[in-house]
This record gives sequence, C-alpha cells and structure tokens, in this order.
Amino acid sequence: MNAKIRKIIPQILTLAVVALIFGFFTINAQTNMENRGIEFGYGFLTQESSFDVQFSLIEYDGSHSYARAYLVGLLNTLLVAFIGIIISTVLGVVIGIARLSPNYLIERTAAFYVEFFRNIPLLLQIFFWYFAALRALPLPQDADAILGVFFLTIKGLFVPRFVWENLDIFFYSILAAFISIIVIKNYAKKLQENEGKQLPVLSISFGLFIILPLITFLIGGVSLSFEIPVIKQLSTTSFVYEGGLGIPPELIALTLALALYTATFIAECVRAGIQGVSKGQKEAAASIGLTPNQVLKLVIMPQALRIIIPPTTNQYLNLTKNSSLAAAIAYPDLVLVFAGTALMQTGRAIEIVSITMFTYLSISLSISILMNWYNKRIAITEK
Amino acid sequence: MFKYIKQLTSFVAMVAVLFAFSTEAMAKKSKTLKNTQKKGFVRCGVSQGLPGFSNADASGNWTGVDVDVCRAVAAATLGDANKVKFTPLSAKERFTALTSGEIDILSRNTTWTLSRDADIGLTFVGVNFYDGQGFMVRKNSGITSVNQFKNGISACTNIGTTTELNMRDFFNSRGISYEPVAFEKADEVVAAYDSGRCDTYTTDKSGLAAQRTKMQNPDEHIVLPETISKEPLGPVVRQGDSVWEDIVRWSLNVMIEAEEYGITSANADSMKNSENPAIKRLVGAEGELGAAFGLDNEWSLRIIKQVGNYGESYKRNIADTGILPDRGPNQLWTKGGILYVPPAR
Repeated sequence: MNAKIRKIIPQILTLAVVALIFGFFTINAQTNMENRGIEFGYGFLTQESSFDVQFSLIEYDGSHSYARAYLVGLLNTLLVAFIGIIISTVLGVVIGIARLSPNYLIERTAAFYVEFFRNIPLLLQIFFWYFAALRALPLPQDADAILGVFFLTIKGLFVPRFVWENLDIFFYSILAAFISIIVIKNYAKKLQENEGKQLPVLSISFGLFIILPLITFLIGGVSLSFEIPVIKQLSTTSFVYEGGLGIPPELIALTLALALYTATFIAECVRAGIQGVSKGQKEAAASIGLTPNQVLKLVIMPQALRIIIPPTTNQYLNLTKNSSLAAAIAYPDLVLVFAGTALMQTGRAIEIVSITMFTYLSISLSISILMNWYNKRIAITEK
Repeated sequence: MFKYIKQLTSFVAMVAVLFAFSTEAMAKKSKTLKNTQKKGFVRCGVSQGLPGFSNADASGNWTGVDVDVCRAVAAATLGDANKVKFTPLSAKERFTALTSGEIDILSRNTTWTLSRDADIGLTFVGVNFYDGQGFMVRKNSGITSVNQFKNGISACTNIGTTTELNMRDFFNSRGISYEPVAFEKADEVVAAYDSGRCDTYTTDKSGLAAQRTKMQNPDEHIVLPETISKEPLGPVVRQGDSVWEDIVRWSLNVMIEAEEYGITSANADSMKNSENPAIKRLVGAEGELGAAFGLDNEWSLRIIKQVGNYGESYKRNIADTGILPDRGPNQLWTKGGILYVPPAR
C-alpha cells in the first residue's frame, strides 16, 4: 500500500505542476488579451483574405478566404517537402554507397560533398542558391532555350505545359499496368518457389509500364501536345515568358538547398546501415553463388534498411520542418503565407500560430507513422 | 478568535482598496510611465533600417524622424533624449512585440488603418509622416507611368504590410495579372528587385526614396509619379494605458506646434520671455501642462531643446540626406501642407 502511494505521489505532483504551468499561461494570455481588447476566435478564417499569393497549386486569389490561403500555404509546404524528400533520398543513397566505393576518387568526392554541405548552415545555403546562384541566371530576353523548349531565367524555369486529351483513359492504362505487374510478381514468386525458375520481373514490369500507356496513344484516343512558353515584352527592357508552366526561382532554390543539405545526412545513414551488416554476410552470400547485385539486393540491403530507416525518418522530418525557412526567400509556404501575411493582416497571433504549430505537428507525425509502419514491415519477423 | 481575524482582514482589504484608489487619483501616473522611469529608458520599436526614418549608423546610433518621436518621449519622461533602447523589428514582428509588452512605443513607418487601430489591441496616436504607395522601376525600361504596366509584371514587396493589399486592389481594378514576390525583410526585397527578379518594387513612396539610396546604382531607378493609396504613418502604443498614449501623442504634437510658432532647439530657452502665451506654454514658462500626464512643467521644453521641432527633424533626417528634399504634404498647414495639430493648452 505504502509503496503504491509513494509511486503515485510524484506522478500526481508532476501532473499538477504541468497543469499549473499551462493554467498560468492560459489565464495570463486571457487577461492580457482582455485588457487590450483583443478577442479570441477562429471566425476570421472565413473572411476574405484580400492578398494575393505568388504561387499556388489550387485556384486562389485575394477574394478567397483566409482558410483557403492556409490551404495554399500548406500545399506549397507539402510540395517542397515531397520533392525535397525524393531528391534527397536518391542523392543520399547514391552518395552513401559512393562513400563505400573502392574507387579512391569517387569515395573522396562523396566524402567532400558530405562534409561541405553538412557543415554550412542551411539558411546560408538557401541564400546562396537564391541570391548567388540563381541571380547569375540570365534575364528572360537573354536566356537560351534548353532543348528548344525550356527556358531557365532569373524569373524562373519556364517549361512546356502538357495539354492532354482523354487523360482518364491514360490513367486507367497506368492502373492496369500496375495491377498486371503485381500479378506477374506474384506469379514469378510462385514459379521460383515451386520450380526454381526465375523470371526477369524488372524488365517485364518496365515493358508493361511503357507498352500499356503507349497503346492508349495509338488506339485509345489519348493525345498529348505541348504549350511552349513564348517570350513577351513588358517594356523596353523587361520581358517575361507566357504560356507553358513557370516554376518560380524561389521554389527551385529552396528545394535545391533542402535536398542537397538533407542528402548529406541521409548519405551518412545509408553508409552506416551498409557498414552495419557484417562482412561475413556478404562473403557467405557470395560463397553460395549469388551475383554481386543479388548479394546487395537479397542479403545486404534488407538488413541494412533496418538500420537506415529510423534515422532517415528523422531526416525527412527535419527537411519538412526546415522548409519553413522559405520565408527568407519569398517562397509562399505555410509560414510565409499564413503565419506571415495572414497573421499580419488579421493580428490574430495566438490563433494563427497555434494552427501553424498544430499543422507542422500533424505533418511530422504523419511522416513518422508512415515510416514506422514501413520499418515494422521490413523488420525481422520472429517466428 | 476567528471573528477578529475576519474583521481584521476585511479592514486591511478596505484600507488597501482605498489606498489604491487614492494613489490612482492623486498622481495620475501611467503604469507604462512608471515602468519606463524605473528602467531608466524608453523601449522603442523601429524598422530594421530605413534611411530617414529609422536607421542605425556603423556605431549603432539611430537616426530618423521615427527615431526622433521616441527620443522626444524620452526627453519628456526621463529628461534625456538619449535614454532610448531601440529594437529593430520586421513588419511581421512589430505588432506582436508591442502587444506582448516587449516595447512601449512602435515608431516604425506604420500605416494607420481602421482594422489595426480597432481590432488588434493597438492605438495610433498621430501621424508623423503623410505618405502614399508608389512604384519604382528601372529607368531604361522606358516606363514612366503605371498606365504602361502590362499583364505578367512581377512586383517585389514586403509581407505583412498594407502594401500587399493596396497592390492587389490596384492591379485588380485595372485588370492586370501580376506576380507578387513578397519577402520578409526589406533588404531582401531590394536585393531581389535590384538583380532583376522583379520588374517593379512597390512600397510607400518615402520607403522607395530611402531604399533607392541603397541600390547599386541609384540613378538607374525612378519612382513613378502616381500614388495609389493613402499611407498616414505614425507612432503606435498598446491599448489600455491612456496616459501613456497621451504622453506619446503630445510629444509628437509639441514638435509640430513648436515649428508652427518658430521655436527651435537653438532659441527655445530665450522663448521663455516671449510675449505670446501659446509659446510660453510650450516652453513651460506658463501653465501646468505637464501635470496632466504626471510630468514636470519643462517636459515640452526638453523635447524642443534636445530633439528639435518637427521641421528641424525633417531637415536633418529626410531633406539633408537627399531622400525627399521637398516636404510635400508634410509641411505645416500654414505653409500649404496638411500638418495640423490640436493646440497644446
């Protein structure tokens, strides 16, 4: 009995202290806001925002609500996080493997890359890519066409826009390709288990993935044309591209900086993961006649992944949170649009900051949950 | 026993309440004023560097017409115009810094609007610069009027300002599609515009004139003649301390009225012997103007002597630095401008 109470008392005390601290801050904020005649409430979200945003994935202008502006910022943040995670993962894996290369030059280059980009503050890198690197780009009228249709200028990267016809049929064909790939994969597995034969699944999958959508072009009525950006004169010396798709330099600079920076950490995770698999595993696999590719794919990677995934999840979270540095270079992410402009125009600091915090928390937890699920899936299942 | 304790406590409580009321009534002192005098300096929020308004030199000395408002308050309340602690704030941070009590005056080229005044716990005390939003373009672009703007123009500006809203109203009403590129800091806006990222840079005209001096080649840029909005800029205080509000309001008004009566930092002392009672009141030789705020009678004299009148401040910070040599609307009402303050009496 005594022991039980002794166990509970510290718990209750901790809870009381936490509740007191929270209570103090809440009451303090409330009285202060009351004294200054500030009202608390989320009603402003439905009001007209009356400011425009440079770049939006959904239709938006100042006549929409603050809630819509929030969505614009959120989607822009997710866009940077998504592209950044993909690029940094690919780059990180390549660099990580390169650091283990027996080739001295490759190994040193990779090591230099990691040490260089890892040890410079991220904000500085973002400024570098935005102000130094992108500023070195030509003005629209001086830009040379890349492959005839791409224009990389100081005002952004202008690329042709796809103009689809019967896009839905094209989507169905991709879906069909996916389903047939899964069927073939299962069949190949059975074939190997029952008869020991191996099917070249990868090449078949690639083939299906290309051939099925291709057929829709030939007989399905799907057609694709391009709208190529055309230069337009605004005044004697200023030009811009019209038509096509304009990718703002802010997005390019931010994504580049985030991906290059985070890739260094992912590279280290990958290197640690591969080195964490004992050498004997590799030698044993080689001794039973597996090819080097098979050794990597069937023996090393499945074990290395278990070491790689948890720290890499951290890096994904970091990248997402670091994307809030966007405000420094005018990329309209959640912080700039919502916790910046919207906060200033409404003055609802507590409401907006709390929404923003909750949003980042939700994004991070979602990524965490996804990666934990993946980690569990590849973990050793004890029988 | 319990009965006595109860009686005693109620008595103590009553005395305390009475005491509180009486001190309130006797010395009508503001809480902010009391804190300021205890700390020994005025906490003032300014911009992160806008020549002519609030700008720090290499050794950290702040100058500008916005800075002078805070210096005037320091002279009035503490007796020394140099007892000011300046906090540089971005447009985004400024109101939060004020409402949260980090600063006591926000004197940072801030536009007086209804929603800011009424909605977010702020009180504007006056206008120390009448401004309007304009556009800057490159001279060699051949643009000489906003009527020449075309679809697809990109405009650099600051976030969290009335500028963003005016810009939308302006382009929308003319049916021009534009690309807003909004930065948090003014220096980055200038850098982006200067390097060609944007075709035009839009903010208050005084800001354009001031920032132009920071460009690589100031002569290559011009400010277009059109003004697309009203931007009355002035100092702001927190809501809820009306005495402090009055102190800041009248510190500014004294500077403007001193110019009206020709009182300068040089002749302020001799003006004590003036025949004009209005002048005598302003230099503290007559009346008890300071008592209303809980200040001594020489508060306004110190402002004029240490900071100067509005005209001196304008000349020193804005005209002589070549930012806006012409005073335009910021001229006294007696000389064709719109500076008109209630009488200090």
